[in-house]
Amino acid sequence: MMDQSLERYSRQILSQHIGEECQKVLMDSNAVVVGCGALGTVSSSYLTRAGIGQIRIIDRDFIEESNLQRQILFDENDIAEGLPKAIAAQRKLRKINNNANIEGVVTDVNYANIEELSKDADIIIDGTDNFETRFLINDFCVKNNIPWIYGACIGSRGLTMNIVPSKTPCLRCVFETMPQMGTFPTCDTAGVIGPIAGIIGSIQATEAIKILAGKYESANKTLIEIDVWDTKVKQIDISELMGLNDCPTCKLHTYKFLEAEDGVMVTLLCGKNAVQVMSRNISNIDLVQLAKRLASISDVSSNEFMLKFKVKDNEFTVFPDGRAIITGTNDLNTAKSLYSKYLGM
Amino acid sequence: MQINVNGENKECSTETSVSKLLESLDIDNRYIAVELNHKIVPRTQFNEKILQENDSLEIVTFVGGG
Repeated sequence: MMDQSLERYSRQILSQHIGEECQKVLMDSNAVVVGCGALGTVSSSYLTRAGIGQIRIIDRDFIEESNLQRQILFDENDIAEGLPKAIAAQRKLRKINNNANIEGVVTDVNYANIEELSKDADIIIDGTDNFETRFLINDFCVKNNIPWIYGACIGSRGLTMNIVPSKTPCLRCVFETMPQMGTFPTCDTAGVIGPIAGIIGSIQATEAIKILAGKYESANKTLIEIDVWDTKVKQIDISELMGLNDCPTCKLHTYKFLEAEDGVMVTLLCGKNAVQVMSRNISNIDLVQLAKRLASISDVSSNEFMLKFKVKDNEFTVFPDGRAIITGTNDLNTAKSLYSKYLGM
Repeated sequence: MQINVNGENKECSTETSVSKLLESLDIDNRYIAVELNHKIVPRTQFNEKILQENDSLEIVTFVGGG
């Protein structure tokens, strides 16, 4: 007789792979989803439905109309409300499973905060849209012995692999380093066929469930490439790379993406004609006060999650964590000076 | 001689290394994984690995979107 409190999970408990014991382990697990776009909305949805006990969803962005084609947790009302992705995801997922402890965090994951945001994680699921954050996650996870699931997609093509420190090669064993900004296509420049994100996000959720449930022997040991347009699946066994290359991360234990730099961090948001500026020293901005301060120079619109204003060709979106996204420029230094000019930080 | 790259037949000269092939295809070898006859080739062996007639390669390029 199945425990009645597990009724909502009865169909996965009935499957030959997950029994009541595994289900209870899942309900006691803690997952962090970094990035809640096309991949993160899919993986976090399945993890919530599967009964993972605690899920933290971190995303720096707000929802735009062009996201709805593939980011399956969001709708037109969320855009009308001006919601950040992490908050909209938190609201939807709590409605789906109120037993799970779902927390949305609106911030940019970087070397200064990854430890605080992920220290209790049993697993990290990659839902990011850039190389840099993936190498940061790789450094953090290898250093702290936390498994993570790489997933990415572009056009009709998607990749995924599991990184389980000391059991599998890490991301840098397979891909040496980060491509230069602007040399690789992004979803904003090359587009993406929605369902490839559904497939990769679904594999990531499945792999997370296996690893969290302690079923490592069933976990994927390959680099998987899927092209939904050519209808092709490729799997490369990467297990032989373990310890073979002089991997700076998992063999030499140097973690350059975790190393601290001081001051202001600027990131080009590729393909968006926008730059993100974040100051290490600023947190918890009072958006109401800021709106009053800016009212004399611009029309300001705000809600509890963000504040928007425009000066000439540059639109600023400011978040309570001190971060600003400035559109109308691709130049990091211009963005930095605009940030200090109007936000005075 | 004939080789096969990502499912397509290609002509290449004898004594071609994996590195040379990647160069001729204009592929940066830092951002790919290469499988030769169903076995992964570590990056450290790209220079020394010489291709043979009818070799089959799969090249997977890094993806950063999401």
